[in-house]
Amino acid sequence: MMEAAATSGAYWLRLIVGLVIVLIFSQLNALFLVWLERKVAGHIQVRLGPMEVGPHGLLQTIVDGIKLVGKELITPARADRKLFVIAPVLVFMPVLVAFLVLPFGPKLIIRDMNVGLLLIFAFSTFSVLAILVGGWASNNKYALLGAIRSVAQAVAYEIPLLLSVMSVVLMVNSFRFSELVMAQQRVWFVFLQPVAALIYFICATAETNRAPFDIPEAESELVAGFHTEYSGMRFGLFFLAEYTNMFIVCAVATSLFFGGWHGPFGFSFKIPGVVWFLAKTYVLLYVLMWFRWTFPRVRFDQLMNFSWKVLIPLSMLNLVITALVLKLI
Amino acid sequence: MGYWKDIVVGGWSLIEGMKVTGRALFKPVVTVQYPRKRLEMSPAYRGHIELKIFPETGTHGCIACGTCQRVCPSGVIKVQGVKTHARSGKVATHYVIDYTRCSLCGLCVESCPTQTLKFSTEYELAGESRWDGVMDLVERMEDSRS
Repeated sequence: MMEAAATSGAYWLRLIVGLVIVLIFSQLNALFLVWLERKVAGHIQVRLGPMEVGPHGLLQTIVDGIKLVGKELITPARADRKLFVIAPVLVFMPVLVAFLVLPFGPKLIIRDMNVGLLLIFAFSTFSVLAILVGGWASNNKYALLGAIRSVAQAVAYEIPLLLSVMSVVLMVNSFRFSELVMAQQRVWFVFLQPVAALIYFICATAETNRAPFDIPEAESELVAGFHTEYSGMRFGLFFLAEYTNMFIVCAVATSLFFGGWHGPFGFSFKIPGVVWFLAKTYVLLYVLMWFRWTFPRVRFDQLMNFSWKVLIPLSMLNLVITALVLKLI
Repeated sequence: MGYWKDIVVGGWSLIEGMKVTGRALFKPVVTVQYPRKRLEMSPAYRGHIELKIFPETGTHGCIACGTCQRVCPSGVIKVQGVKTHARSGKVATHYVIDYTRCSLCGLCVESCPTQTLKFSTEYELAGESRWDGVMDLVERMEDSRS
């Protein structure tokens, strides 16, 4: 089956079309999210946010992007040139891979792999590597400190993230996204696994280096953290990857806990699955932004304590209880 | 017990915080988009000084006594007046201030015997040269009347 499909032209066409759509979508999504972030920030602070370019400032990020592309790419003196150039590429690559397995709709999955969920988490660790490489290669103390913090944070938060996801996998007995979503046709897993959903979302915030867990780029202590020395489009790629990463963790949360392309409780109201999926994802993205403009940044020891003393034991407990309940039922 | 209490109390405080920002999101914005919309200044705003127009005489009441000129700590006021005829009082013809050096202490307004000085509510005072801050208040009054 696989052999026959791999050689056919339709297979390659599907991949290429998928890749092009993903590339365009990730750019547009980042542009929109940056604008939305600034709007949300503005209105939470009773301001207006961007208003000048385009209707309600909608074109502001495009203009900013053009400015960013036009800027000089500066490599600091005595930086590790090769690694310095590679890091922004490295940070964006895993982001694209994740789109391969995201279930946008019943038919809208580029490749419905049986290890889909694992693939996303395996590749999302890559972005930490990219941050470490970028911070190390910059020859800058703030960048290095940011990179070190990022790694420590990623190690601490990946464990509860995976443990909370595991309790869902335990219920479905599959890593395949389509099966994970299909299992939620009647009841979303957020109602069956509220603790896991909460822990997942907290860890996802930390994984994407978002406030209140944004200490790798804490601007009041570390200038800009790992991307201090990056300019122009190299910085742009880090920025783009951050927002696309946000989209991915929210999309995964949607498909694991909020029913993916299903409407609530099996009612779809004749709305196509993609719309449900994207609507739920963007609501979650809005909650992420809400977090950022509400909570102050945690201190580093608080961050570590919260993961090792609260999140990991709780997610472990949740997993054990899930396993017990599944065994007994 | 402290462990679970910390989680619940801490979690609740986060929700409280999100309620505050959630409400702020739907509040009307306080931003005034300046060049397109302007704020009405409060009468208590202290801009540069200005001559009052008294409705009973239809003009200012400055008698060019020079009290403000003497009391001004920055020495930015210059008043000139004329007597129309020998018996009449003086009337100011020129009242020049250099707003760029004014410290807005308000001593001139307080010391004015005829109380013909007030603070204007003018706030768009950017200029291209230092002489843009020098203005004749009598001229300004005439301009505002026409």
